[in-house]
Amino acid sequence: MDHISQVLWQFLEKWLTNFSLYPPEASKIAPQMDALYFFMVLVSLIGLTIVILLVTGFSILYSKKRHPVAVQIEGSTLLEATWTIIPLGLFLIMFVWGALIYFRVYTPPANAMNIYVVGKQWMWKAEHPGGQHEINALHVPTGRPIQLTLISQDVFHSFSIPAFRVKREAIPGRYTSVWFEATKTGTYHLFCTQYCGTNHSAMIGDIVVQTPDEYKKWLQGSTSGMSLAQNGERLFASLSCSACHNGRADARGPALAGVYGSKLTLTNGQSVSVDEAYLREAILNPSEHVTQGYSPIMPTYQGQISEDGVISLVEYIKNLNSNDRVEQTLTTTTLLPESEGKAAAVGTSTGQTSTKQGMVKQ
Amino acid sequence: MSSSTIVSLPDQSTARIPKVNFITKENGLLSWLLTGDHKRIAMLYLASITFFFAIGGALAGLIRLELLTPQSDLMATDTYNKVFTMHGVVMIFLFLVPSVPATLGNFLIPLMIGAKDLALPKINLLSWYLYVAGGILVLYTMAAGGVDTGWTFTTPLSTHYLNTNVLSTGIAIFIAGFSSIFTGLNFIVTIHKMRAPGMTWFRLPLFVWSHYAASILMVLGTPVLAIALVLVILERTMGIGVFDAAKGGDPILFQHLFWFYSHPAVYIMILPGMGVISEVISTFSRKRVFGYTAVAFSSVAIAVFGFFVWEHHMFIMGVSSYSTLVFSLLTMLVAVPSAIKIFNWSFTLYKGSITFETPMLYAFGFMGLFTIGGLTGVFLGTTGTDIHLTETYFIVAHFHFVMVGGMLMAFLSGIHFWWPKMTGRMYPEKISQLAALITFIGFNFTFFPQFILGTLGMPRRYAAYPAEFQVLNVFSTAGATILGVGYLLPILYLTWSLRYGEIAGSNPWQATGLEWQIQSPPLTENFPEIPIVDHDAYDYDWLERKHEREREVTSV
Repeated sequence: MDHISQVLWQFLEKWLTNFSLYPPEASKIAPQMDALYFFMVLVSLIGLTIVILLVTGFSILYSKKRHPVAVQIEGSTLLEATWTIIPLGLFLIMFVWGALIYFRVYTPPANAMNIYVVGKQWMWKAEHPGGQHEINALHVPTGRPIQLTLISQDVFHSFSIPAFRVKREAIPGRYTSVWFEATKTGTYHLFCTQYCGTNHSAMIGDIVVQTPDEYKKWLQGSTSGMSLAQNGERLFASLSCSACHNGRADARGPALAGVYGSKLTLTNGQSVSVDEAYLREAILNPSEHVTQGYSPIMPTYQGQISEDGVISLVEYIKNLNSNDRVEQTLTTTTLLPESEGKAAAVGTSTGQTSTKQGMVKQ
Repeated sequence: MSSSTIVSLPDQSTARIPKVNFITKENGLLSWLLTGDHKRIAMLYLASITFFFAIGGALAGLIRLELLTPQSDLMATDTYNKVFTMHGVVMIFLFLVPSVPATLGNFLIPLMIGAKDLALPKINLLSWYLYVAGGILVLYTMAAGGVDTGWTFTTPLSTHYLNTNVLSTGIAIFIAGFSSIFTGLNFIVTIHKMRAPGMTWFRLPLFVWSHYAASILMVLGTPVLAIALVLVILERTMGIGVFDAAKGGDPILFQHLFWFYSHPAVYIMILPGMGVISEVISTFSRKRVFGYTAVAFSSVAIAVFGFFVWEHHMFIMGVSSYSTLVFSLLTMLVAVPSAIKIFNWSFTLYKGSITFETPMLYAFGFMGLFTIGGLTGVFLGTTGTDIHLTETYFIVAHFHFVMVGGMLMAFLSGIHFWWPKMTGRMYPEKISQLAALITFIGFNFTFFPQFILGTLGMPRRYAAYPAEFQVLNVFSTAGATILGVGYLLPILYLTWSLRYGEIAGSNPWQATGLEWQIQSPPLTENFPEIPIVDHDAYDYDWLERKHEREREVTSV
């Protein structure tokens, strides 16, 4: 008990000196969300005060001592209408205001830099477009919209950055996304907020916000030598994707250059717009995503590529602007020695963090 | 003559507990275990839910003790996960859901509507046995090493990643769920079919209205929980793949099913409590409830809207943004009836003649805490702020303000209000008022800091947390200690009162309900002859006239 009281004293002192009611505002959306939050706090305080005043006021005025005989009152339609309409009006304001913020948080701008985040029991792995990997940490520059594309390799996790006021569930088998623009440099908490088993409370990390220059330096210092797209290119070759998706006129699979961001019509007549989520689905579940004019011959890659691998492939396809690259891959495959091709398939590229991030999860 | 109390007890030197009543009617354990009497079944429920409340409370104590320090040092994280899971399972399914309906509702609904029993006495007994079976399975689960899914059983964690007793817990809740379905069914049939002559729908006490609304939720919602649990069990044992993304299933589907029940479930828990508050506020301000019809219909509105808000638990889970608009809007709508109730109760006090006995103190506590709980719910129902606040201690605080500050306060208010009717004896007033005060203070100390913790971003279900959150957690743990005393006291003095309490007489509070016009404790058949109702609920003039008639009879 002794050490508890000592620790307590320390923290009480610390707490009293820098007591705060809300976390630092380190993103563009944070002050906007706080404005709504404090509006709601204000409305709540007023509402609570009214209730307390009514209850204590009436209790004093109409206690049995002062007011021995009660006066029976039926009710009042006017009052009922008042306390139906006023709260409803206030709640509707909150609803609209909240929805505006919600759509802002979950609609990334087109120019956002995309960072992939894979959640797994019990760590976060972030993958920068340049191929930099980090575990339980995320470096981001200020002044630039960052989009996170999240996925979980096992159970539900939730990526929460209180200082940015953003949070998004990482779901198995599906990409979700969220974006923010950091405004203040510093190190902030990263929490997993969805209960995910034994070490849930250890699935935490640091969000490091740097100036653009520092961030650039960090990127250079942590490079793994290969960008996500380059890694994807190797996978594309080693998994023999290029055998069919080679962009030639007689190819058995549709050309992939420029497919990202376009609209496709599937054999079942459905029209889809191609984004990261669609590409992922089309790789893992090809039979349900056959482009019109092609036959369903592509095998499923479910269980054969890790989420990291899928991310690399998706990044590669996203960055394909012409079929030249595919052609090039075709020639490299033939040049690639057997063993190296396999290494690429397992996704154990040169990254410093790639300690067998197992493709054979599950 | 004016005094600060309305308690009118019979002359203690001559008063006796009526020789024939539902407790003394028959003796022996079997006469209780095989009873069809709704009042005896209510007592059985009361004993069993108090037992599970004590277990759930002890688990809560362990949670708060662990969170006293930032490190996970009292127990292993796995143990902590099991403790908070069992706390949730026990408190929600074995205490909160049956608390008011199965004890007070069971005891009082037939008395309030002038019936001799519930419509289906044997089904009522079956409900209790199902509850006990579920309870025993939960105890078995604990003895066998517990379960650590969280009370929400989120897939695929619960189906593929844990090796703990998910099956026995699932089956336990499945079984206990049927207890709740049968209770709801029984209430609906009884309220429709067994009202005494003259007891029209709009003469029903509001307690009955709120139970009727809660019963609809029980009957329509609980089967969906049962389906969700069966699917979890099948997924675990046979791998059917409904919730497995790798097999083409959808892990989010589970949450849709789960919350389709579990959101209405919070209304199953709170509505009966609201019924208690209506009765208590009216009785101790000697006034009919302000805006009777508004309060009655707001219960029904909550029951109806309550079914269409479940997705507000999933705003951040990658559901369609447009669907969140619909669910957020409906959530705002369901908040309004609660506001209506709070204001109507406040105005019931207006021009009343108010006294402050223990049930009234708990009711005041309810109104304050439920107002905070309800308003903070709006923070979470608003999509924008939900992003920041969900899955943190804010939601823990909100939920406990509604469920513990609201429901448990209402339960204690009701128990103190009807204790004289149930047992024929009073409890010591001063100590019980003190207990109400201690509970209120302890509660705020425990849960208010958690709003700040949540706003600061502290996630829930964490065995260890960053050191900067410690002071607020210490406050919370200290508060929980006070709260524990507040709950222990009633258990002690109510037990004491069973033997030593003053004789209550039939109507110590001078209340108007039919249940107060018969002896305490009531006869097994409740009413020697079925009453004919010729007045509205909360008609205090009628009570006056009745007293006058009785005085005339005795003076003649």
